[in-house]
Amino acid sequence: MKPPRFDYLRPQTLAEAVELLDRHGGDAAILAGGQSLMPMLNLRVAQPAVLIDINAVPELDRIGRSGDRLSIGGRARHNDVFRSAEVAQAAPLLTVALEHVAHEAIRNRGTLGGSLALADPAAELPACMVCLDAEIVTASVKGERRIPAGAFFQGLYTTTLEPNEILARVDVPAAGTDWRFGFDEVARRRGDFAMAGVAVAVREESKAVAECRISLLGVEMSPRRMEAVEMCLLDAPLGTAANIVAAQSALRDTLEPIEGSEIPPEYRIQIAHELLARVIRAMAAPVSGKRTH
Amino acid sequence: MPRASTRRLVAGRGRYVDDIPAKGEVYAAFLRSPHAHAAFEVVNISAAAAIPGVVRVLTAEDIDPVCPPWKCVLRNAPDLQSPEQRPLARRQAVFQGEPIALVVAQSRAIAEDALELIEVEWSERPAAISLEAAAMPDAVPAHENLKSNICWRFEHRSGDPDKAFADAEHVVQRRLVFARKTGVPLEPRGILASYDPSTNALTVHVSHQMPHQFQLHLAELLGMSPLDVRVICSDIGGAFGIKMHVYPEEVAVCAASRILGRPVKFIADRVESLSSDVHAREHIVEARMAVNTSGMITAIDVDDIQGLGAYSVYPRSSTAEAMSALRAVGGPYRFDNYHALLRSVLQNKVMTGQYRSVGHPVAAAITEALVEDAAAVRGEDSIVFRQRNFLPTEAMPWVSPMGARMIDLSHHACLERMLTLVDYPRLRQEIDTWRQEGRIVGLGLASFVEFTATGAEAYGRAHVPVSSLDGVMLTMEPTGEVRAQCSASEIGQGIQQGLAQIIADAVGVRADKVRVALGDTAASPHGGGAWSSRGAAITGETAWTAGRKLRNELLNVAAAMLQTTAASLDLRDGRILAADTGAERIAIGDVARTAIFHPYDLPTGTNAQMSVSHTWGRDADPFLPTNGVQASLVEIDPISGLVRPLRHWVVEDCGRIINPLLVDEQIRGGVVQGIGEALYEICRYTEDGQYGSGTLADYLLPMAADMPDIVVAHVETPYSGSQLGAKGAGEAGTCGAPAAVLNAVNDALRPFSGRIDAMPISPVDVLRALGKLPAKAGA
Ligand SMILES: Cc1cc2nc3c(=O)[nH]c(=O)nc-3n(C[C@H](O)[C@H](O)[C@H](O)COP(=O)(O)OP(=O)(O)OC[C@H]3O[C@@H](n4cnc5c(N)ncnc54)[C@H](O)[C@@H]3O)c2cc1C
Repeated sequence: MKPPRFDYLRPQTLAEAVELLDRHGGDAAILAGGQSLMPMLNLRVAQPAVLIDINAVPELDRIGRSGDRLSIGGRARHNDVFRSAEVAQAAPLLTVALEHVAHEAIRNRGTLGGSLALADPAAELPACMVCLDAEIVTASVKGERRIPAGAFFQGLYTTTLEPNEILARVDVPAAGTDWRFGFDEVARRRGDFAMAGVAVAVREESKAVAECRISLLGVEMSPRRMEAVEMCLLDAPLGTAANIVAAQSALRDTLEPIEGSEIPPEYRIQIAHELLARVIRAMAAPVSGKRTH
Repeated sequence: MPRASTRRLVAGRGRYVDDIPAKGEVYAAFLRSPHAHAAFEVVNISAAAAIPGVVRVLTAEDIDPVCPPWKCVLRNAPDLQSPEQRPLARRQAVFQGEPIALVVAQSRAIAEDALELIEVEWSERPAAISLEAAAMPDAVPAHENLKSNICWRFEHRSGDPDKAFADAEHVVQRRLVFARKTGVPLEPRGILASYDPSTNALTVHVSHQMPHQFQLHLAELLGMSPLDVRVICSDIGGAFGIKMHVYPEEVAVCAASRILGRPVKFIADRVESLSSDVHAREHIVEARMAVNTSGMITAIDVDDIQGLGAYSVYPRSSTAEAMSALRAVGGPYRFDNYHALLRSVLQNKVMTGQYRSVGHPVAAAITEALVEDAAAVRGEDSIVFRQRNFLPTEAMPWVSPMGARMIDLSHHACLERMLTLVDYPRLRQEIDTWRQEGRIVGLGLASFVEFTATGAEAYGRAHVPVSSLDGVMLTMEPTGEVRAQCSASEIGQGIQQGLAQIIADAVGVRADKVRVALGDTAASPHGGGAWSSRGAAITGETAWTAGRKLRNELLNVAAAMLQTTAASLDLRDGRILAADTGAERIAIGDVARTAIFHPYDLPTGTNAQMSVSHTWGRDADPFLPTNGVQASLVEIDPISGLVRPLRHWVVEDCGRIINPLLVDEQIRGGVVQGIGEALYEICRYTEDGQYGSGTLADYLLPMAADMPDIVVAHVETPYSGSQLGAKGAGEAGTCGAPAAVLNAVNDALRPFSGRIDAMPISPVDVLRALGKLPAKAGA
């Protein structure tokens, strides 16, 4: 379990980083927190010729809000996002979800960009970004490119990120007070990747759901909006029994669960189905936005 | 009393194999078979050998001339048929991960680079993987030309089980499936072999539980005298039984050092550890219990199919696990009729072997599941059923149907203690309340017998060179301190501390005045090392006698110095006292210095022995039975079917407790491994024999955050056949925990009429048992 040989580059600026990336493109891998990449190198699953370590690039870890937009740098560590007061206010879904991401030591190193670029189907952050309708902003020698989260994730470990692009930051629409969020997941042990998880965002107008976004993790190959499910919750107060049942049945109809793992697809569907109800009920209960267990 | 070595170990100052450097050392990496079963030819090694930094590429062609194959043979089980095994497989690979070539290089990374360039032609063969399929008469053979995969068949009958079943009022039965798991020591296997051609001597640092056993095997395989083979086991970061075998990798590294004439190091990485350390516990057991009208167990019948992997592990045999299970079935109970059938099956998977509590957890799970069922058909609390059927104290000694001599056991006392500990009636009430609130909770109990401190007959009669004896040498330093060399092994269990305390008490000095050295064949007498929870019961007993001998010598010298009799003196806390008044007469250091530096001051011919040794093993009792009860309280998440252990209790009886802290933590660690066995750990293979649990993301270990509080209490029934009365304590936690958790889960599922019969308990099966998912097709 030792990595094959590679060249190691440590750019000091974003310009230098994208320059190097442009030169090495498909032969290079970006090293961020290394929590996923290092094991892949050691197992020789990934064999890049060049590692471009972005840990010295300034600003890439910035978290900041301007107006109704929250920006989180691609190299922001999970724990920095988790502990950020700005994130807790503008995108509380992330704060709640990050508690489920791995363990303290891994959250200290692991980054938002790494998680999104990797696109593990069971990861929390990709699903959350879809649910938050975030925009992924990449940087390359050609400049910036903005990709809606819903279009970014393409399948198992697959995104629309080009080999010469760095995931520079994520822009999240800051939530107004009329938004409520819910998140829950089932993992085998605390900190494990989820066997199924549900993220829900709703905006209410005069006590009825006016907007709704739902995405799942750990169930399908990659996160997407569950539009058919969202429809069931619109124009009614959140959490009515009839709507929950309708949403659950729409969910069952729409899911294309991961096959071929030791977890049978029907199990993922079953727990997603129950989690959906659990999350909606918890959101409808007086203490909103809180975890349910 | 905490371990003296704790500070050093937690400060990161432990010295494990990888921390030990040798001048000029080079590093080994193995090319392993990607197929479960295949014929192969190593076609070209030149590209690999040409990489800068590569010292040598070795295949079976190179190793075979310096090391013959080996084969598991048990003289007392002549029918056992296990194929020959080599350090590097030759032309046939029989499990995925079997080493077929070895690269030695200036770094492990370079060696791994070279592995990718070795050209091999593979021709895949059908593989025998699933236990059920491999056991069939027309199964695919696990080795070419093998007539049957059944490596060993054993049948035992005592009393008249058929009649007992025919006459029974109730017969309950279960089919339980146990999945492969492995030990996962923090420190993986590792070896540093340094062959010195100038002296024809081999020095080996190895992470192993039995330096002396390993020394003998190496000497034999390499054609050397044990005098020229020194095996040193310094700090060992956990072993759990997986480090008591002869593995191809370790032998290949020694052979490579011999060929190259320089030190070669191999440290298994986690992937190699999970995929090449012995696995354990692959069993499918069908069991029945007969109960008569008065609710007494009259017979038990077990049919065990056990998975061995590609070879029966050398030298102790993989079959030991199943034999141990069959011996322990029904352990706490008195019953006269027993039938046991075992088929041990070769498969194209890694070997199975001894792992903590060898076989006992399987026995406990079967027995205690049947006990629950029997109590249920009688409509009584299983506690009552247990109490009625326990082997009563007054009936001991009693010989069990499998020939185990049951002595000094305390079943009733342990259960009584447990009922108070858990506050049984109140807890049952509480559970009822929780259930009314919609929670899915259950309580499970498991009584168990664990055979410990195995005696000479187990391996002696098989002609497997495993010592059940120990040797202890004590030397009095001129300062009045004691140096001890013992044949036990410190593998993290703390025996070094236990021995220091025993020796200190035996001699009459403080424990911090005793320094215990272990794990070096050049320093300590031949002996058993660490296995079968033997340290306190065997090495400890030996050390006690050695300590008393030294004490006598010291008292004799003191008596001569003080012109009195030894009988009128006492030795305590390093001081010679007057036995009657307790008045201090002289310090032990003065006695030692007189004996060593001023013997002319003593009467002529005193010849005081300032170093003594003692060798000891039990004559009677091939095993020391111990007993206990465990209880587990679990909650099931109705959405996911995940089982959360809420609380765990253990009452156990390991005889005399030398160091309560060490015993309690052994129990706790064992329970955690048992919970792992019940809920998480599994070595998975695909249908074509690809190993799927090679990282700790795939192989789930129990983690601290998911573990319950573990309450430990003791009943002390000393072993009547020794001075100390100590028995084994290291495996009791693992023995009973899976059974208790399984019973707890099934107690929780009872209101839903569901049941789990396989471990580890998967949340998917739990949802099925709850009726939330359709039953498995075919089930
Ligand atoms: C034991 C363990 C448990 C875990 N559990 C969870 C969990 O429960 N949930 C979860 O979501 N995650 C989990 N993770 C993964 C963790 O969150 C990782 O940190 C994350 O997936 C990758 O982030 P990283 O910064 O470490 O990326 P790296 O490992 O450095 O890189 C990962 C990949 O992303 C690419 N990359 C990284 N940064 C960028 C960038 N800015 N632009 C373009 N490409 C980039 C790299 O080239 C590489 O291909 C776990 C990890 C471990 C080791």
